[in-house]
Amino acid sequence: MSVELKTIQTPHVPVRIFEGGSGQPLLFLHGAGGVMADDPFLAALATKYHVFAPLLPGYGDSEEAPELREMLDIALHYLDLADALGLKDPILAGHSMGGMIAAEMAALDNHRFSRLALIAPAGLWLDDHPIPDIFSLVPYEYPPLLFHNVEAGAALFTAGANFDDPEWLKGFLITNARQLGMAGKILFPVPDRGLSQRLYRVRAKTLLIWGDDDKLIAPVYGQAWKKVLLGAELAVIPQAGHMVIWEKTAETMAALSRLA
Amino acid sequence: MKFTWFNLMPWPYLPDDFREKNRSVWVDIDSRLFDPVKAHEVYNTYLDLLEYASTLGFDGIGCNEHHQCGYGLMPSPNLIAASLARRTKDVALVVLGNSIALYNPPTRVAEEFAMLDCMSGGRLVAGFPVGTSMDTNYCYGQIPALTREKYAEAHDLIIKAWTEPDSFAWNGRYTKLGHVNLWPRPVQKPHPPIHIPGGGSVETYDFCIDHTYSYSYLSFSGYIRGKALMDGYWRRVAERNAPDDSPHRAGFAQTICVADTDAEAERLYSKHVSYFYNRCLHVFPGFADAPGYRTIKTIQTGALSQYAPPKGWGEISWKELTEGGYIIAGSPETVRQRMEDLIKSLRVGNVFCLFHVGDMPKEKCMYSSRLFAEKVMPKLRGLFPDYADDGRFWCHPIPQVAPGSLPRDAMVAAE
Repeated sequence: MSVELKTIQTPHVPVRIFEGGSGQPLLFLHGAGGVMADDPFLAALATKYHVFAPLLPGYGDSEEAPELREMLDIALHYLDLADALGLKDPILAGHSMGGMIAAEMAALDNHRFSRLALIAPAGLWLDDHPIPDIFSLVPYEYPPLLFHNVEAGAALFTAGANFDDPEWLKGFLITNARQLGMAGKILFPVPDRGLSQRLYRVRAKTLLIWGDDDKLIAPVYGQAWKKVLLGAELAVIPQAGHMVIWEKTAETMAALSRLA
Repeated sequence: MKFTWFNLMPWPYLPDDFREKNRSVWVDIDSRLFDPVKAHEVYNTYLDLLEYASTLGFDGIGCNEHHQCGYGLMPSPNLIAASLARRTKDVALVVLGNSIALYNPPTRVAEEFAMLDCMSGGRLVAGFPVGTSMDTNYCYGQIPALTREKYAEAHDLIIKAWTEPDSFAWNGRYTKLGHVNLWPRPVQKPHPPIHIPGGGSVETYDFCIDHTYSYSYLSFSGYIRGKALMDGYWRRVAERNAPDDSPHRAGFAQTICVADTDAEAERLYSKHVSYFYNRCLHVFPGFADAPGYRTIKTIQTGALSQYAPPKGWGEISWKELTEGGYIIAGSPETVRQRMEDLIKSLRVGNVFCLFHVGDMPKEKCMYSSRLFAEKVMPKLRGLFPDYADDGRFWCHPIPQVAPGSLPRDAMVAAE
């Protein structure tokens, strides 16, 4: 099932959004690494849902939005987008940074969303389990942090290119400056913007999905989320890292079906 | 020409195997390598050297701000400048500078610089760097993509605090203050001259041009590699129709080592230079540029960080360092030729001279500094005669009082 890249007007910049598939509407918010047209998880979502996957401004080919500076700006921006798309009560799903934003949206607009899927979400902080600083990594350091199977993960991460290829590196540097520059507004230097004190407001049925070998946001965070999101269910997927959506796509899809 | 004797204040006790055993001299340097007892002597030696330089005829003595950094012992340059204000006279105190995006409220910087300007009798040359990514983002936690906006607001607030005589409210995005009413206030009017250290951001060029601030490139890569960047700056000066192209609109930092002969310079200084380039510049590349810290425009112009050189500093020999202009070293005549080449090719009216290099002992540093002051500097003074009177980018001291002027017989009189 293929997805199509479209442009939607919002009160801020025009948003680039992947849309495809049919079924229940599902709004998917990508992580700090972004999402591309050939993303295997996006393709899987489109086999079962009518999926909407917007790019955060600055991601992919989308325009930057310097006026979005903090979590409230970004959460409201995505709520504006849901309005523009006419989505009344989509399944709200997010991975990593996207999970953090989705949880914030569900806390803010707490009568709107009835189903929330948080896949290895950022947003909480445990002093005993500090989350590694993704903003000071050199490229080859990402795969060991993001994947259970590091070698296969590295191939996915670079789309087959070599880390030493200067052209790839230059492109990576510019993409990173745009994307992680934007992500840094809510993740740098510590990915906690006070969400835990607002999560009591979330009314949606919530599913947490975690890879059991997540080396970026350790699975112990799943328990921490359960403590602040009473009634949330936690699905732990074996032999998967932070990029559980790529490494165990089918298992992630199966877990998601618990919400429907 | 203005020559400033500048000290980075490197930690001189990094071990021989520092590169092998540590990933970075900055941000996450092993704090166990720091010895406070040794630091007592190191600080006092470095302050002595700055004071010594002030007796040699340099126009300024300079310091700067770095955090968690093995080559800079000055998280607070204002402490250094305050101590120098008391122990020197007639020489400019060049603080390059305070990273104004780091201070909340930024009026703290306006206050401390005003204090320094009063204490020194108008000898302050103020620097406002955006700050390196290592300092600003990784050590001080500023959000990279917001750093420039915060910096710009801090700048506007400081200038207004310095120049507005009446109390005012400040409703900024990053700082909100109900009563800004600076006390004390700077001697120099409307405010001390401002230099902006930059690393090739186009936005910083424009900022300097638009405000009549001096742009300084504090590079360790030397003037030959620095030429492309400074050419870019001068092109921008022309493009933005600046009223003049005074060389004092620009400054450059250069490592300089002088001895009686070229061979003597290599014999005396090469190991200290090697210490600096091998150990002090050993910065983990992941800390060089936080994503979002530089604008896309700047990255696309090819301004990549000097802290992540393509093949690493360690492989560079003395010959390459001197011939490539990373350092200017040799006999007074060799150094004069290279300095003249630097000053003319970069068109810089300000030179920040780095004489203390790495783990250089004070005797060698004094020798090199004195030879430069006596045998090189006088021959470079007359460059740019058309702009000799351009006072916009330098301090304007008032008559100085002598420190230590308490009456000696006061106790007797009181009795």
